[in-house]
Amino acid sequence: MSILIGRDTRLVVHGITGREGEFHSRQMLEYGTNIVAGMTPGKGGLHALDNRVPVFNTIEEAVRETGANTSCIFVPAGGAPDSILEAVGAGVSTIFCITEGIPTLDMLPVVEVVRAAGARLIGPNCPGATSPGRAKVGIIPGSIHLEGGVGVVSRSGTLTYEAVQAMSDAGIGQSTCVGIGGDPLIGTTFLDVLQLFAADPETQGIVLIGEIGGAAEEEAAAWAAEHLRGVPMAAFIAGRTAPEGKRMGHAGAIISGGRGTAAEKVAALEAAGIRVASSPTEIPALLREAGYRG
Amino acid sequence: MKIQEADAKTLLVAAGLPVPPWAVARTPAEARAAAERFLGDGAGRVVIKAQVLVGGRGKAGGVKLAGSPREAEDVASRILGMDVKGIPVRKVLVGPAGVIVKEFYLGAILDRASRRIVVMASAEGGVEIEEVAKANPGAIHRVAAHPLLGLLDYQARALAFAVGLAGPHLREFVKIAKGLVATMKANDADLIEVNPLAIIRESGPEGHVERLTCLDAKITLDDSALPRHPELEKLRDLDEEDPADAEARLYDISFIHLDGSIGCMVNGAGLAMTTMDLVKRAGGEPANFLDIGGGAKADRVAAAMRLILADPKVKAILVNIFGGITRGDEVARGLIDARSRQEREVPMIVRIVGTNAEEAGRLLQEAHFETAATLDEAAQKAVAAARAAGGAG
Repeated sequence: MSILIGRDTRLVVHGITGREGEFHSRQMLEYGTNIVAGMTPGKGGLHALDNRVPVFNTIEEAVRETGANTSCIFVPAGGAPDSILEAVGAGVSTIFCITEGIPTLDMLPVVEVVRAAGARLIGPNCPGATSPGRAKVGIIPGSIHLEGGVGVVSRSGTLTYEAVQAMSDAGIGQSTCVGIGGDPLIGTTFLDVLQLFAADPETQGIVLIGEIGGAAEEEAAAWAAEHLRGVPMAAFIAGRTAPEGKRMGHAGAIISGGRGTAAEKVAALEAAGIRVASSPTEIPALLREAGYRG
Repeated sequence: MKIQEADAKTLLVAAGLPVPPWAVARTPAEARAAAERFLGDGAGRVVIKAQVLVGGRGKAGGVKLAGSPREAEDVASRILGMDVKGIPVRKVLVGPAGVIVKEFYLGAILDRASRRIVVMASAEGGVEIEEVAKANPGAIHRVAAHPLLGLLDYQARALAFAVGLAGPHLREFVKIAKGLVATMKANDADLIEVNPLAIIRESGPEGHVERLTCLDAKITLDDSALPRHPELEKLRDLDEEDPADAEARLYDISFIHLDGSIGCMVNGAGLAMTTMDLVKRAGGEPANFLDIGGGAKADRVAAAMRLILADPKVKAILVNIFGGITRGDEVARGLIDARSRQEREVPMIVRIVGTNAEEAGRLLQEAHFETAATLDEAAQKAVAAARAAGGAG
């Protein structure tokens, strides 16, 4: 098993005929992801990706015709909230929003509607997820992964690739690797993903990659202290040298009013018995020291 | 993006909220003229406030009262010459100083944990709210606005009662609190604070009136939403902005200037922070945070190089690229091109992995760039190079 995506994933890609959408859909298809449909309004009836994927005008149609259960959004920031709501309305249960730069207050009602519908949103501003050997949804390069038993959850993109590459190089494979996104308001938090990993029999160890801003790492650490004792874990927190009051690239990566510092997060994780690496390359060794044998 | 008090007050006035009149002065003479007008209109005294985007101006002596136009001119000339936390004061706000009966704090913020706009109020107004939060957290009352409907009347009333407001001020408070949330939504603000929100005593023909009034206003706008608010983009205070920030925005580069000697060029925000952290761990100090973004092409690489080299303190540059969407060979070509045109010779350590890294490695080797295989190694080499070039590390 794995979490969020796997062999039973039937993916519909919003914006499959756009530049980004087409490029990454091709990579997903090559990785073995079951892309059953694409959606671009006005291009219904066409076939994308060398005729391999039917394109629909609406997500509702795509779901009805192909049984899509997961969607991946590559539309620009102005239209992305609408895309999320369209997927929810069509009954899609797992929605990945890759789009960066969505105004935060646009996400406020969207997150509420997703929650009320019982759907799951990952992102926005996230790289997606990979369940190695089964499926990848989003933009994470497939080449960095190795099949295995460690669940990885992160707020970053390239930093995650760095950590995952270090793990794969050390022979430590992943069950699922999830990028939850760098925005202040996201659909799925560290805590949500830890709970999914805890319930996944294949996940035998967990790596959490956080960064400055907010208190989601602290919240996850408190839950882990109670529910994940005995599960080998390691963490990394980016932004130890970040100054206060400046947004470090990600809209959510900001220390404000002295809160959300790397030091606070490291302390919370360590108090929960989770070792925190001072470089991503140390993660494999820390996992081994924490008892990971996979 | 932070905006100045005067601009924030304009947004509150647009929402129909009570704000005393004000004028912005860039010279002592302008301050004097404004004071003359307000004193002539019946104000007993005027207040003169430094307009800077950093907090703590009151403590720094940037807020003063004056009883005459001449005193206003003197006070303004002192404030206009001062620095608040390193930011020179270039303008002041002048307004009538009413008789303050009682001060409150009122703020609205996007709360990440609850995914709601949270409205906060306190009867301990006029002091820094962070201090209240530390010393007496129970004195701050909070309600979470409805995610679809905004702040509801009953929620605003509950806050008013919690801070001890009653009578005519109850209705005034409800209007202001709801107005703050509406202002937040209308302008895509992350944060709005009115501190103090004050009961002001005014004398009129029918004797004294007491009114709840927004004496200060602080607003932070969501950068992601600025493209759809061109009128708000115009409020950007270029006086207080590093010129490098404007160039970075032009090329869609995330750039933050810091104090060290090692320039960093990285793709991805998390990896860029990590690169800074590893420079520090290797004994150096990063000169900047710089994320060239996904799919960076040669022109963006060249612009990033210019931004880094514009800082004379930079003694070495560390380039760290993990190719995903970004193709390593394109970054390598951009670096080779940028170096051929750069005016200042600075040692550069390049690490490119991921998509098309082999081609990138070959190009860099032919061009005699110093490369590194791992991030830790790259950080160590950059620190050593900066030391050799006379940087403090």
